[in-house]
Amino acid sequence: MDFSFPPEVEAFRTEVKAFLAENFDESMLDVTHDGTMHVPELHAALAAEGWLAGPVPKELGGGGRTALESIVLNEEMQLARAPIDAMGVTVITAAILMEHGSDHLKETVVPALLNGEALTSFGYTEPESGSDVAAATTKAVKDGDEWVINGAKMWTTMAHIADYVILLTRTDPDVPKHKGLTFFLVPFDSPGIEIQPVPTMATERSNATFYDDVRLSDDWRVGEVNGGWAVMKTALKYERGVAGGQFMSPPVIDAGIDWATNHERADGTRPIDDPAVRERLIRAQIDVEVCRGFAYHCADLANEGAMFGVEGSMTKLFASETFKRHCREIHDMMGAEGLVTLESPEAHRGGLIEEALRHSPVTAIYGGTSEINRNMVAEGFLGLPRAR
Amino acid sequence: MRTRYSEDEVAVRDAFLDFFANECPTSTVRAAAEGSGFDPALWSSLAAMGAPGMALPESLGGAGAALTDLAVVADVAGAHLAPVPLIEHAVTARALTRAGGHDDLVAELAEGSTLATLALRPPTGDTARLVPAGAVADVLLHHCDGVTSISRGNAPSAKLPNTADLPLAHRVISDPTAIDLDADGWNRTVDEWRALTAVAYVGLAKRAIEIGVAYTKERIQFGVLIGTFQALQHGFADAATSVEGAHLLAQRAVWALETNQPGASRLAGMALLFAAESARFAADRSVQYHGGYGFSEEYDIQLYHRHATAWILQLGDPAAEYARLADAEFGPVKGAA
Repeated sequence: MDFSFPPEVEAFRTEVKAFLAENFDESMLDVTHDGTMHVPELHAALAAEGWLAGPVPKELGGGGRTALESIVLNEEMQLARAPIDAMGVTVITAAILMEHGSDHLKETVVPALLNGEALTSFGYTEPESGSDVAAATTKAVKDGDEWVINGAKMWTTMAHIADYVILLTRTDPDVPKHKGLTFFLVPFDSPGIEIQPVPTMATERSNATFYDDVRLSDDWRVGEVNGGWAVMKTALKYERGVAGGQFMSPPVIDAGIDWATNHERADGTRPIDDPAVRERLIRAQIDVEVCRGFAYHCADLANEGAMFGVEGSMTKLFASETFKRHCREIHDMMGAEGLVTLESPEAHRGGLIEEALRHSPVTAIYGGTSEINRNMVAEGFLGLPRAR
Repeated sequence: MRTRYSEDEVAVRDAFLDFFANECPTSTVRAAAEGSGFDPALWSSLAAMGAPGMALPESLGGAGAALTDLAVVADVAGAHLAPVPLIEHAVTARALTRAGGHDDLVAELAEGSTLATLALRPPTGDTARLVPAGAVADVLLHHCDGVTSISRGNAPSAKLPNTADLPLAHRVISDPTAIDLDADGWNRTVDEWRALTAVAYVGLAKRAIEIGVAYTKERIQFGVLIGTFQALQHGFADAATSVEGAHLLAQRAVWALETNQPGASRLAGMALLFAAESARFAADRSVQYHGGYGFSEEYDIQLYHRHATAWILQLGDPAAEYARLADAEFGPVKGAA
């Protein structure tokens, strides 16, 4: 066992910290409060460093950053509260296109993604297929040289500011569901697309997108016809390597410690001197160290070229479920003061804790619900019989 | 970065897996429970394998291996609920090694012919209460008011009947000899106990889940294997996830101690708390999914439940451990004595 990073990765961590100190501060998050989860200046700065292309292999035109370097970038950004969503979507889409895309896509779209000019969104989920993602019914039908797409997608987050959507479609309804899927990259300026906002219980906005006789040339197809599930696996491979969300809790815990130390309750005592509060905060810090172990373990596996699945499920399950608990407990600690939202100048630390509390439920839903991940662990790790 | 065992560590694990599978079936655990809670024959065999002196210097008769290697054995010993005080013995011998001047004794401890332990909590008056392996150890290491001492010569006293039939006993200290180990040195010793016990807890927990999963793949109710029920699957999945997290944290704590990382002590404390809670949860789920059989003495899973409860309590109330970590993190409670 050896939990140390090689010197070059430690050097990269130092570089990332310096980059964030220079290019990011919490005031930049104001622009994300309309729900875009995207900070354009930060995205551009990441692109300028070549880090958007980081985890994609060099032979595919990427930055060739190792999985250890990717997890360090991911960790430092989350510790600084810098949004990783746009970076994650960009890296994953670029990787999919470089592995499976046509020359047209590799030459035109990929460079624009990696230099930060273009944004994409994910179009997997549908109104009637969430966890059962392979049950997608959005249709793509060949008409001469063109494809005609009809259907609807849910949770196309960032669609309203993005240039493209990576779309999962059904091209053969008469075969088992995993075998009749095909991916397309769809430009949002194509005729026939409608984007409707989906407000959420949190500060973020998502979208529903509708596709009505959207016509595309075959250049926009990604991967083989009916080979969509192989593309999905590429997406998941990179998502586990670069996207994550293993370090969502530390900023909330730090804000909670700040509150507990610098505020008094009505009886004049500070929360930080309450043994119950102290135990909760220490438990939260322990969970963070557990998440760190999971994150480094996944990175180590990826670095060694080992394909991992169930480890990613465990990481996601543990990180999101504990994040929800941390938000709840720290929010509770603030009492009525915790209810004040970011629109008010009186909100503690810009409403960080309250905002995290309302955001936290979705983290155990998107990217694979906790229930799906428990199924994966039960079947893939414990060898229990398939229950469905 | 290597978050999995190296080839050498795998070889050590496989050797001790074979050893404990052969020498320490649960019938051995049950037999020891009837007596002192210690199995002298198992200890002799373990000594012949070199385990007691594994992480002691070669110059003193040890094998010169790292704490991370000893942790590999602690994991397997924990999985088998081995009725031998390997962790207490090893961390005591390592403390004497660091103190210096006890070469002959350390050599005896390395070969396992003398059995050592430590009083995890300070003695009250001249008595250390409920000492781990207190019912069997020849040498007792203890610490009070900044002074660390050893006691030899006092015969072990009788085991007190206890939750997990551990060899717990009070020890009267009549002949303390101070050794050159200050408060930091003592804390380091207890941190090694914490980290290795965390690893043993992980072994226990993984085995508890295996036993439970195996049972639910055989047990039929309502005409189907109960292992197909998602209610059980999700309980096991939560337990397995927690235990895997505990494994990574406990191993990182041992590594941090071995390589003297800043924050090693913090990680050791965290690892023990998290591993104990994970193991208790895993054992609870496994007993629950056994139904009534899980509560019966006949089924092994109840042994795992009782051991999971007991190990950490030898150190004290877990709440006090959280408080200790909080004091280090946030400073002492304002207004507290």
